Amino acid sequence: MARSVTLQKKLTFTALAWAVAFLLFFPIFWTILTSFKPEAQAIASPPVIIPSWTLENYVEVQARSDYFRHFANSVWISVGSTLIALLIAIPAAWAMAFAPTPKTKDVLMWMLSTKMMPAVGVLVPMYLLFHDFGLLDTVWGLTMVLTLINLPIVIWMLYTYFKEIPVDILEAARMDGAVLWKELVYVLVPMAVPGIASTLLLNIILAWNEAFWTINLTASKAAPLTAFISSFSSPQGLFWAKLSAASTLAIAPILVLGWLSQRQLVRGLTFGAVK
Amino acid sequence: MGSIALEHVNKFFGTHAVIPDVSLTIEDGAFVVFVGPSGCGKSTLLRLIAGLEDTSSGIIRLDGEDVTRKGPAQRQLAMVFQSYALYPHMTVRQNIAFPLKMAEQSKEMIARKVEDAARVLNLTDYLDRKPRQLSGRQRQRVAIGRAIVRQPKAFLFDEPLSNLDAALRVNMRLEITELHQQLKTTMVYVTHDQVEAMTMADRIVVLNAGRVEQYGTPMELYRSPANKFVAGFIGSPKMNFIEGEAASPFGAASVGVRPEHMLIARDRGEWKGRVGVAEHLGSDTFLHVHVDGIGLMTVRTGGEIDFFHGDDVWLTPDPSRLYRFARDGQALR
Repeated sequence: MARSVTLQKKLTFTALAWAVAFLLFFPIFWTILTSFKPEAQAIASPPVIIPSWTLENYVEVQARSDYFRHFANSVWISVGSTLIALLIAIPAAWAMAFAPTPKTKDVLMWMLSTKMMPAVGVLVPMYLLFHDFGLLDTVWGLTMVLTLINLPIVIWMLYTYFKEIPVDILEAARMDGAVLWKELVYVLVPMAVPGIASTLLLNIILAWNEAFWTINLTASKAAPLTAFISSFSSPQGLFWAKLSAASTLAIAPILVLGWLSQRQLVRGLTFGAVK
Repeated sequence: MGSIALEHVNKFFGTHAVIPDVSLTIEDGAFVVFVGPSGCGKSTLLRLIAGLEDTSSGIIRLDGEDVTRKGPAQRQLAMVFQSYALYPHMTVRQNIAFPLKMAEQSKEMIARKVEDAARVLNLTDYLDRKPRQLSGRQRQRVAIGRAIVRQPKAFLFDEPLSNLDAALRVNMRLEITELHQQLKTTMVYVTHDQVEAMTMADRIVVLNAGRVEQYGTPMELYRSPANKFVAGFIGSPKMNFIEGEAASPFGAASVGVRPEHMLIARDRGEWKGRVGVAEHLGSDTFLHVHVDGIGLMTVRTGGEIDFFHGDDVWLTPDPSRLYRFARDGQALR
């Protein structure tokens, strides 16, 4: 009897989980479907569920604006900003986790508080700075901005992972003659690999999807995929099928990356919680 | 060479003095044990020597050289931690090789020294394993291996045996003592266990609230404790103390007598009492006797003795082994 109750419970929860997952995935699913419909079918009411599987949207999107150039920009900006952020954040998180001062907690909170400010609040000064330094529409400029806006999250995540590492082991390395950089390279980083990897992945995803600064500070040369999508919502009207094709192309790489690395991501995000 | 000298070393955490003005000299090749109750500052003192903590004031010398401002990496000391602190991502071989790699020794030299250390410590078959695949005892050996390969000026041990079970502790105690006799390198060993201190040390530093209560050989501490704290801390079972009125005939604020320095008889003696708990260990018997006008006293007698709960007994202390203490706890001689 008890077993059948458990089975029933199991089935209910499984169904519930699938329902939630479907709800979350539906917009993406619909976008992908729409990208294979002709424009007329895309806006038809009632909606057409099975598309006629045309590739013309993709061909047109690629013809109008070069997907691969935007893709390359996205890769540069997201990977570049993530690597630079890690280079800054690893020593910073080390200092906060293993050599804290009475003010460390305040500094951490202050860093996080910068994320609470609406980005548009500093758009004008940022724009002017970018303009004056000749950084508008440059990959370097965007990489720098994304490094800075994601740095608090990167430091916070690494700080949390580093806190889990017994300080004894780092002290043992010091006793064994390791100077600071050797302690970081040979002991801390290899031990924190799961945490660093999930921070890296999450930050790449965040940077890839960042749409405020990437759209506002670029025109054509440095425009990443977010700008590529937005260029298809033109003043002349929305072309849903083409917009969907552009969106599908833009999210596909990061979706694949997320899919391939989901085990690592989950492991990293629950690090310390389940041990 | 590995003499260690502390000159008026102070350590404050905030305004709290953890180590108030300690001066101490540890001779080259000595096995010195820091012992004391938890929170007495013994680990802090060790970490000050290691360089893992900065002194608030005072000077630390290694072989006469002032190393107070040098980091742990520059002091050429090796440390074995309570948690072993092995590098979990490295094999046993890499763990033992790590200090040599940091010292940028040649690959052949490293390989040879690691093999040698592994042979001494019976770790040859485990060199390619990760620490998590080892037993507690093997991990402890790896930690020791990592310490010995570099031939440091001195070894620092921070309660290295407290994670092991009782039987293993005795074994490892012997192994470490033997190691010291082989290497003849200075060892500083921190423990809260006075048995470890007594059995391993050439000299013992008894610490209490950051202060050195006494520094001497185990037998000096046992025979002539400087004060009541040392008298109570060294020796197992603990020394019995007679306080107040009962102590006044001896001309002291309190009088101490060790459980092994009392005779027990059924018919006559100095103090009359009744046996409470009797612990029969086989080799020894510890009798806890409720003595009229004094309180509970522990007596150590032979193993085959027939005293049981509720027996009326008489105790007689050995008059030459009575310790007298003044009101401030200092020994009266």
